[in-house]
Amino acid sequence: MKPLKELFTHIGRYFILMGRVFAPPEKKKMYYKRTLQEIEFLGINSMGIVAIISIFIGMVITIQTAYNTESPLYPSYLIGLAVRDILLLEFSSTIVALILSGKVGSNIASELGTMRITEQIDALEIMGINSASYLIIPKIVAAVFFMPFLTIMSIFIGLFGGWLGGVFTGVISSADYLQGIQFAFIPYYATYTLIKAAIFGFIITSVSAYRGYYSYGGALQVGKNSTRAVVDSSILVLIFNYILTQLLLT
Amino acid sequence: MIRVENVYKSFQGVEVIKDINVDFEERKTNMIIGASGSGKTVLLKCIVGLLTVDKGRVYYDDTVFSELSFQKKKDIRKNIGMVFQGGALFDSATVEENVRFPLDMFTEKTDKEKYDRVNECLERVNIRNANHQYPGEISGGMQKRVAIARAIALNPKYLFFDEPISGLDPMTGIRIDKLIEEITKDFHITTIINTHDMNSVMEMGENIVFIHEGQKWWEGDRHELFESENPELNEFVFATKLAKNAKDQKKR
Repeated sequence: MKPLKELFTHIGRYFILMGRVFAPPEKKKMYYKRTLQEIEFLGINSMGIVAIISIFIGMVITIQTAYNTESPLYPSYLIGLAVRDILLLEFSSTIVALILSGKVGSNIASELGTMRITEQIDALEIMGINSASYLIIPKIVAAVFFMPFLTIMSIFIGLFGGWLGGVFTGVISSADYLQGIQFAFIPYYATYTLIKAAIFGFIITSVSAYRGYYSYGGALQVGKNSTRAVVDSSILVLIFNYILTQLLLT
Repeated sequence: MIRVENVYKSFQGVEVIKDINVDFEERKTNMIIGASGSGKTVLLKCIVGLLTVDKGRVYYDDTVFSELSFQKKKDIRKNIGMVFQGGALFDSATVEENVRFPLDMFTEKTDKEKYDRVNECLERVNIRNANHQYPGEISGGMQKRVAIARAIALNPKYLFFDEPISGLDPMTGIRIDKLIEEITKDFHITTIINTHDMNSVMEMGENIVFIHEGQKWWEGDRHELFESENPELNEFVFATKLAKNAKDQKKR
């Protein structure tokens, strides 16, 4: 009974916090400035890791697909198709979101947690500023807008990695690969993956912010809450991945 | 004037402050003193609205502040400045950005006017050539002074300090105390200081409230403090040999 009560307490507090987060901003200019900072901090600074992971995953998918479909019945351009669809449907949105929930989620939770225990959040409240809105909304806006860009970037870099891995190991010719990635393309898949990316961006930032904002105690508690932020947002990304797939692809 | 009327606050069933009634005098240095864990920080947080009171009321002039919504409290909060125990400066902002922050949020001043006001406030707290340094790069005493500069940036009517000199060496502590006293007089501010430092109390206390086990135990000024026969107050105030000797000397 206790864990269930705790779960509902967290859900309730999360929605109360979101109610405060989406209150009208005090001074739009300041929020705009902060949003740009967060785009740099959460989005642009994540481009490197997303690029590295995407290129190698693209390579690995190509090689694995090639070795698992070694049959004259399968045309080799199907390798390109498999790489494209794996990146487009699952990897570039969901797996990248899981990786970012580790990087961005822990960052947000520890930043807000430290601000809480060092009374910086109280200092904002004393000034009459809605601290929840001022601190969290720029992060959410930045993530919701930037996650789709990261996803698009990941898809293209992943496709390039696939080509690199395939052509240089000789498992597929360049022409076959390029034919494969264009074969039977369904544009709606791109819409589907971008919707998922934006929603995952919201989940990662809001859940991590919730964990950080309600930190208390000292450094140990902030550390614990950062870990919880990563775990919670990862689990929610997976749950919503299933729900969104069911809603958007069936 | 700030009036606290029958205020109670408890956490998880434990009453931390009970039935506190105090009038904090206008344009004076008011002090809340008490041992660690006596409830003085909770009382201060109830007064500024960081904690909601369970029972009772907090008045700012004629307005019942404790019963206002967050939105309605904003107008009064613009008249409040607070310096937290650790300074609570924004780590990711420079000294200048910290002091400028309330001006950015609540005024329509031009950049030049804001810059001038920031420098005026920093000058008032004797900080020069540190505008572009981050809080982590300056000393604890300087952080406190920057926090004071930020608190006075909007010309507040009320200034609150939570343990302003804790963690500072005695000399720096005296300088901060002097600064608080000067600011209170110069800007006609009502100051409320939460402290357990007896030097500060003896130097500045115009209206002193002693909190013991969550209740108001005694109230008076620094001269009456010496005369008081209240055993709990005497035990707290004259805990050190030095203070005891000072009291004995004064009696003689």
